[in-house]
Amino acid sequence: MTTIDQGTIGYAGPQVRYRTCPFTGRRIERSAELLIRANAVAAVVFLAVGGFFGLLVALTRWPAVQLLPADWFYLVLTGHGANVLLFWIIFFEIAVLYFASAVILGSRLATPRWAWLGFVLMIVGAVMANYSVLKGDSTVMFTSYPPMMAEHWFYLSLIVFAVGALIGVFVFFGTLVVAKDEKTYDGSVPLVTFGAITAAIIAVFTLAAGAIILVPTWLWSLGFISGIDTLMYKLVWWGMGHSSQQINVAAHISIWYAIAAMVVGAKPLSEKVSRFAFLMYILFLQLASAHHMLAEPGMSSSWKIINTSYMMYLAVMASMIHGLTVPGAIEAAQRRNGYTRGMFEWLTKAPWGNPAFSGMFMSLVMFGFLGGITGVILGTEQLNVLMHNTIYVPGHFHGTVVAGTTLAFMAMTYIVVPLIFQRDIIWPRLAKLQPYLFGIGAGGISLFMMGAGTLGVPRRHWDIALTDAGHPFEFAPGAYLMMGLNGMSAILAATGGLLFVVLIVASVLAGPKLDGPGAKLAFPLHDGAAQAVSEYGSEPHFKLPGTVMLVSIFFFTFVLYYFVNWKYLSDLWLFN
Amino acid sequence: MAINPPSNRLWWKEPIHGIELAWIIIAFLWGVFMFFFMIAWHFIGNQNLSSETYRVNPDKFVERVEEFATEYQVLDETGAPVDIAGTPLVRPPAGGDVYMLGRLWEWWPALELKKGQSYRFHLSSADWQHGFSLQPVNINISVHPGYEHILTLTPTQTGDFGVVCNEFCGIGHHTMTGIIRVVE
Ligand code: HEM
Ligand SMILES: [Cu+2]
Ligand SMILES: [Cu+2]
Repeated sequence: MTTIDQGTIGYAGPQVRYRTCPFTGRRIERSAELLIRANAVAAVVFLAVGGFFGLLVALTRWPAVQLLPADWFYLVLTGHGANVLLFWIIFFEIAVLYFASAVILGSRLATPRWAWLGFVLMIVGAVMANYSVLKGDSTVMFTSYPPMMAEHWFYLSLIVFAVGALIGVFVFFGTLVVAKDEKTYDGSVPLVTFGAITAAIIAVFTLAAGAIILVPTWLWSLGFISGIDTLMYKLVWWGMGHSSQQINVAAHISIWYAIAAMVVGAKPLSEKVSRFAFLMYILFLQLASAHHMLAEPGMSSSWKIINTSYMMYLAVMASMIHGLTVPGAIEAAQRRNGYTRGMFEWLTKAPWGNPAFSGMFMSLVMFGFLGGITGVILGTEQLNVLMHNTIYVPGHFHGTVVAGTTLAFMAMTYIVVPLIFQRDIIWPRLAKLQPYLFGIGAGGISLFMMGAGTLGVPRRHWDIALTDAGHPFEFAPGAYLMMGLNGMSAILAATGGLLFVVLIVASVLAGPKLDGPGAKLAFPLHDGAAQAVSEYGSEPHFKLPGTVMLVSIFFFTFVLYYFVNWKYLSDLWLFN
Repeated sequence: MAINPPSNRLWWKEPIHGIELAWIIIAFLWGVFMFFFMIAWHFIGNQNLSSETYRVNPDKFVERVEEFATEYQVLDETGAPVDIAGTPLVRPPAGGDVYMLGRLWEWWPALELKKGQSYRFHLSSADWQHGFSLQPVNINISVHPGYEHILTLTPTQTGDFGVVCNEFCGIGHHTMTGIIRVVE
């Protein structure tokens, strides 16, 4: 044997350590486990920072409170967007990618050193961005539209962060190759991994668009480029900004399926339909950034219609499919578990005391009703003009990315902590409560910001009383009410968010250890989760009266709200 | 389960259940309907944002707005120019061109329009991006420096209407307003 051979064996062999998870029967490799931990912890830290900023912003926008002075408000709002939308979400997504590859496939993680490098770059980027925002030279909002210019460190920090994330995505792809090579699973990858693959593919596109726009902008801030075209910037920036929302959707829908499987033993209704729906995200999303351009000058109507609808509606269709198949899979599983009475026993007897389940189900409902429907309305060529840049827009995306994605990620954390950190949730009674606090609060901020937006309240605005303005304009009293209710919901959401952070940190540091024999989980998994191989695949025969009812209500709401908005539009001044 | 490989290796050959198929068809048709409804609104509706846009040098645009404001400046009985809170009031002829300039931090000038008359509105910015938000009507349009956006606008109500800025434009963003007065 040559030394080279020994070297190779030495690399792949002794360093790779596995343990078997007592609760799921899965093989978990050490470096995958450590990287999931590191990314999850970083995510929670940035959620804490960003969530705190969110509370400050909401309290400032509560006209009776107006907590921060104007300059601090805009600064903190910039920090809020960056910390939650970029850092919290993307760190967690990297953890999800490693979980969906290494853990679910029972494989080792490809190139852990690269994964650590990616992690370090992401940390450096995120810390640098916070530094440059807090220093006060980069109050440009996380969208940083030119010609308003941030300090060059701000753009560089985002580039560094994105490079780190891209490395993480490639480690994920590498892990898929390793798992296939080493035959750690049989047949096609599980649905959850499939969903994660779609998320990762979209991530590559997204990060490429990010590089295309942020690198020149960075050079511009350094003085090497004389100007950035404002329309082109918006178009390409949203090629990143919107597609990255599709990563979130693919990731949190994978999580819905994963939690439904682990907590109630759900199988996909049919593998084919669910996978096809994921695939549509990849095929039809790349041009959806068009719906951020509906109120801009210079975009032709046919361009707008083709790009926002033809492509987007097929992606909307994909989400609607998941909106049936996820609750449908849960209903079918629950009926198999014995809850067969009436239309809704499967739902009323669901494990509502398990924060993973309650968080997941609330995420599902609110993502559809609050985020999804309103997103389609906003993305309709003519309707957009009704609420473009009003606070309706943040209302909409707090329905998608907070009540939807963030709540789903929180729910998943209640499973990740016991399985990956091997520590149980420390105060189960508080943990039961947490998703409700956060979920209701997040639903509230989404709803009330949308309410204020329909009354014309602008987004990113310090003073809707317009006290110092040349021509003060009185917003309707309802707008003040809505912003006040928004502030109260923000307190609720922030309480839920704080509770989450405290619970997770305390559980990780001091939760009951689960590595001994006979350990039991505070929130048990479904028996099926451990018998990995015995009963999986598509659900064979089922009746889903409850789910049919739920999607009917959804569809009815959707159609009604759609036409209500056309009615509003037809009352506007005439323009063309 | 969704966290395990499909048991049927040929999962793509499994039939689709009736409920799923029905829902896929409904969702698809609804998407098709929404697609055609946007096109239809161009024929049946009166609210379709114009895409007529020209590149313009911001300084040139400012000059044209100033010429426009001087030409149609409203004068009182004594011949003195009328302003609203310091912003000159301008009364363009019905059916004519109207300019509105966004700049740090005002919408300029103040306009007096006639209800039911159409005007060719020219919107642009002298500096950063701004958001033209007509209130309480709730028409919201992005305004870019270097691009002149032209739309035909017909007021259907009378009264004083506010123009708020709803694109973040720096520390004075919340002080940026303008006014459009519509008379019979
Ligand atoms: C305690 C929880 C939260 C509260 C109370 C909160 C509240 C708010 C409020 C009031 C705004 C300002 C709207 C405006 O003035 O334009 C805002 C903006 C925003 N929020 Fe949150 N939020 C929370 C959590 C989150 C999370 C978890 C995310 C993302 C995952 C998020 C993403 C954003 C983004 C992207 C913006 C837009 C920033 C901008 O306009 O530049 N928020 N939030
Ligand atoms: Cu402005
Ligand atoms: Cu502004």
